[in-house]
Amino acid sequence: MSDTTRFIPDRLRSPLEQRIKSWETLLLAVAIAIFITNSFMSPFFLNAWNLSDMTFNFTEKAMIAFAMALLIISGEIDLSVASIIALVSTAMGAAVQIGVGTPGLVLIGLAVGLLCGAFNGFLVTRMGLPSIVVTIGTMSLFRGISYIILGDQAFRGYPPDFAFFGQGYVFWVISFELVLFAVLALIYYVVLHRTNFGRAVYTIGNNPVAAEFSGIRVARVKFILFLLTGLMSGVAAICLTSRLGSTRPSIAFGWELEVVTMVVLGGVSILGGSGSIPGVVIAAFVMGLVTFGLGLLNVPGIVMSIVIGALLIGVIALPRLWERWRQQAAKQ
Amino acid sequence: MSKQGLMSRELLLTGAIILLLGVIASRFPAFIAPGNLVNVFNDTAPLILLAIGQMIVILTRCIDLSVAANLALTGMVVAMLNVAMPGLPVPVIIALAITFGAVLGMFNGVLVWKLAIPPIVVTLGTMTIFRGIIFLLSEGRWINAHQLSDAFKAFPRTVLLGLPVMSWIALGAVALFVVVMNRTSLGRAFYAAGGNPHAATYAGINVGRTQFWAFTISGALSGLAGYLWVSRFAVAFVDLARGFELTVVAACVIGGVAIMGGSGTVLGAMLGALFLGIISNALPVVNISPFWQLAISGSAIIIAVALNASANRKKGRIILKRAEQAT
Repeated sequence: MSDTTRFIPDRLRSPLEQRIKSWETLLLAVAIAIFITNSFMSPFFLNAWNLSDMTFNFTEKAMIAFAMALLIISGEIDLSVASIIALVSTAMGAAVQIGVGTPGLVLIGLAVGLLCGAFNGFLVTRMGLPSIVVTIGTMSLFRGISYIILGDQAFRGYPPDFAFFGQGYVFWVISFELVLFAVLALIYYVVLHRTNFGRAVYTIGNNPVAAEFSGIRVARVKFILFLLTGLMSGVAAICLTSRLGSTRPSIAFGWELEVVTMVVLGGVSILGGSGSIPGVVIAAFVMGLVTFGLGLLNVPGIVMSIVIGALLIGVIALPRLWERWRQQAAKQ
Repeated sequence: MSKQGLMSRELLLTGAIILLLGVIASRFPAFIAPGNLVNVFNDTAPLILLAIGQMIVILTRCIDLSVAANLALTGMVVAMLNVAMPGLPVPVIIALAITFGAVLGMFNGVLVWKLAIPPIVVTLGTMTIFRGIIFLLSEGRWINAHQLSDAFKAFPRTVLLGLPVMSWIALGAVALFVVVMNRTSLGRAFYAAGGNPHAATYAGINVGRTQFWAFTISGALSGLAGYLWVSRFAVAFVDLARGFELTVVAACVIGGVAIMGGSGTVLGAMLGALFLGIISNALPVVNISPFWQLAISGSAIIIAVALNASANRKKGRIILKRAEQAT
């Protein structure tokens, strides 16, 4: 967007870009391989409606993963995203009980998401607390509030037109969620890779002190990133609540793990400073294809979570093992 | 340098606990009857064990989010073992639980030590993997009281000198680790590795290996707590103690364990655990729904971290001013 980005010398550019490119190509190859395997494993896989259903496995998580990618690149993390979904969904459910219509529900959803993000951002940037601990705390606080409000009950009775966000189709098998996912992917791509703000995110992740001295308002950028993550959790909560049609306090339990896995699988360094949106998009498809393929093979959800957990560790461990193996080979 | 601060932190926490007990007692005097206090302590015993392990891990600048899943997996394994071999004596079961838990902890530790993967990622991953393995082992079924042998269930309830064995185990662990942390080179290495990893390396401490041992100890204590939990409540299932890792972290943070590593005490962790244990036992007594538990743990973490941080900040400023005056 801005010309100034071209004049910022980026010492990491060439080796980093190569590595990211190869990572994304590898990921794409994996996605295609899984796609082909799936189509051989189950006769029901290659069906436009089934494939459309498959996208629901990742669209909502991926929306959060975009914002989370920026946050992790900047060197922070937000483990409270799934709990924000629970709180947003509870707030919308409570609003339904007093007769708020669909536009009001959406506004409430976005506002509560933003508030949660602002709370995290305030604690991290203003109070100077480590984001891991803060968001472990808010993870249990936000969902805790949902439990206080709902207990073992559930909110139902969402207005019929509210169902569009999670169940509506824009064109043939193209769901509203898929379109939203694509639009958000594009927006986050532009923000991260084509704006000063995006460059600032990388700079902060690589060296927050240097970023501060080069005139980047580190605290403000981080605060905005927490706001964005909260907002995206709100958007995801609207879609998920609309799709399920009810709210329980256990909604989206454990999603923070899947979102972080998606981001890391997409090639974002967990230590900050590198990563890309296209990587996250492909990672979203890979995870969607894996869970859907296992689902077609009647693998229970909790076993899939083993796969997700192993994927998270494996994706970080394998390149390091490879690096070590190469170094040892070079020595000999 | 921080010894005085920590002492006052523990006194402060003791004061807070006494105050808390006083407030509850003002409305429900029966709560502070010795018999009930023994029950509360006994209920908190697993939390104390886990908090000690977690404290050691946090000291070395790591975090272990897999403790509750480790507890549940070890609990399921010993429960299944008991169903398969009811004759197996309890001491053997306990030894197996500690060993099995330690092996699970070592798995975390190796990934952190040898591959330098951030501990939060490792333990988030193993947390779900352990839970998944429980499901694979048990096929989703519960193991209920009638399937477990009497000796298996009776051991933690046996009363010795007025206290159940479970409480004695917690007290024993506290005593053991007070000695380990203060009187052994491994214990001092935990503080050194977290306080200043670079300095520790120059002092000849292998930081990665120290972290590995921290995870191993945390795993071993989780395994022990797993047996105690399953035998006390006489049930084992996939979702046993789900979310308990947050309570454990909360206990540590309340106990004054610095989340950035390097400072914290066994006594602090125990007091933090007791503080939360008293709250969770008091909730039904003062007629508050147990659904408040989660939000209270969360708020406790945030408030305690904020307080710790502001206390540290003040200290830094005073030192700077003195240095300025001196020059």
